[in-house]
Amino acid sequence: MSARRPRAAIRTAVALVLLALMLFPVYWMLNISLQPSGNTLSGTFFPTDPTLAGYRTALQDQGRNLVTSLLVASGTVVVTLLVSTPCAYALAQFRFRWISWALLALLISQMIPGIVIANALYTLYERLGVLNSVPGLIVANAANAIPFGILILRSFMLGVPPSIVEAARVDGAGPIRSLVSVVVPISRNALITVGLFAFLFAWSDFIFALTLTTKGTVVPVTLGIYTYLGAHVDNWSAVMATAVLACIPAVILLVVAQKYIAAGATGGAVK
Amino acid sequence: MTKTTSPASARSTGRRGEEITKILFVVPAAVAIVVLFGYPVVKNLVMSFQDYTLATFFTGEAPWVGLQNFATVVGDALFTKALVNTALFTAGSIAGQFAIGLALALFFHRNFPLNRVVRALFLLPWLMPLIVGSAAWRAVLEQDSGILNVTLERLGIIDSPVPWLASSDVALVSVILVNIWLGIPFNLTLLYSGLQDIPEELYEAAALDGATGWRSFRYITWPNLREVVGIVLMLGVIYTLKVIDIILGLSHGGPATATETIATQSYERSFVEFKFGQGAALSNILIVISLAFAILYLRATRRRIDE
Repeated sequence: MSARRPRAAIRTAVALVLLALMLFPVYWMLNISLQPSGNTLSGTFFPTDPTLAGYRTALQDQGRNLVTSLLVASGTVVVTLLVSTPCAYALAQFRFRWISWALLALLISQMIPGIVIANALYTLYERLGVLNSVPGLIVANAANAIPFGILILRSFMLGVPPSIVEAARVDGAGPIRSLVSVVVPISRNALITVGLFAFLFAWSDFIFALTLTTKGTVVPVTLGIYTYLGAHVDNWSAVMATAVLACIPAVILLVVAQKYIAAGATGGAVK
Repeated sequence: MTKTTSPASARSTGRRGEEITKILFVVPAAVAIVVLFGYPVVKNLVMSFQDYTLATFFTGEAPWVGLQNFATVVGDALFTKALVNTALFTAGSIAGQFAIGLALALFFHRNFPLNRVVRALFLLPWLMPLIVGSAAWRAVLEQDSGILNVTLERLGIIDSPVPWLASSDVALVSVILVNIWLGIPFNLTLLYSGLQDIPEELYEAAALDGATGWRSFRYITWPNLREVVGIVLMLGVIYTLKVIDIILGLSHGGPATATETIATQSYERSFVEFKFGQGAALSNILIVISLAFAILYLRATRRRIDE
């Protein structure tokens, strides 16, 4: 035991060095965001004279876009959960003859490149007049999240003992009641996982933001950062401050919901 | 299945109602899949045989042109370049992500203090929006004042700044390196959970037979990890083929055409040049390539799904 302890300590040290290397670009983003603005980057490793000027500019320029992203991501969570929960339940608990085909379709759908969906949705949205709209972006982002949601929820719901559902049925609950009052509460963790990932997918979306908005009236923050970056950057601290703000959901997720991330990452194919 | 105590007639109407409810459970998802995946795939296929341009939105006309769009995009000198870049980008990214991800997974498979916390923090780059990762790297790789060049110059390793994203010789390598960085967490997470699933007894038995270190990796770890490895590689390939965000954010496909791939070309034909027919033709080519890998992937996962 005593011979092992120094070895473990060395491993921890190595792990921390590797982590520092891995997260250096993220640290650098934070560092630059706190430095005075300008079109040249600072070479100092620590913001000795920190300023929030970058964040002030960022919130002025991109505050609205952060709100847009928040609306799109929240809407995507709602749509994804409403659509995928009943379907996952049906695929897990009922016997359909075509079930393996449905699962195959879900798997293949996750492989369709985003640009294919964007191409077709652009022409459809143009005709329906929903380009440059939050609902339009919500529906497009649901494309990423629904197949993932169904697969994760189904694999969880397969583990729900049929006897629990049947007990509810004996008490006179119909399929909808037994879903809402029995299966949903049991599946809470899986639902949270799917909700969190749906949020993250939509928050991180760039392709739909880029292609399904044209006028600059509705601009998710990812597109805002992209436009900010342009060919030449005038105000690095504002760009980096926006990037840091756009990381907040990911950081919150890491801190408060780590076990759900592991569940989502190993339960299905992500990104 | 149902345990109702009601009379037979009521049961049959109840059953029919229930059958309908069961179908209704699936309908919203089925509609979503058809509209968001079925329609786009069919629409892309149709568009790729049409002269579908900006004018189409005003006139409503998209004349059939047969294979003209395919001939145009494949005949373009840029196509070969984009195809080669796609292959290099995918192969380079996957090789790097997998090698580093596996090394880290093996490292974290051992016990040491803070293991869980550090492993969780490794996921951060993966959870951030890709465009944020691109932005961070733009700051690091910036030619004149970026910290990488500044540091290399301070250390005397280079005399003049390396044009990481500004030279057509280096840009593709830079883009691949950034994509490797972004892919490490995914590989680490899946491979780590694969390692966790290998029963400890196998290692103990092997150790009794004298297999430790490299031999235990070769004869125990690798064979038992192979299924997970297959899945990780296939998913990695399929995701990497369709990457657009990272390339647009870092180099915008440039300088000139140095980092153009099939996916970025498809985007540009459709949404920059507004030649939707040609963009669709390219994205169909991309689908065919992905599908080839998807078939491999499905064969690898079939067993897992059937369980």
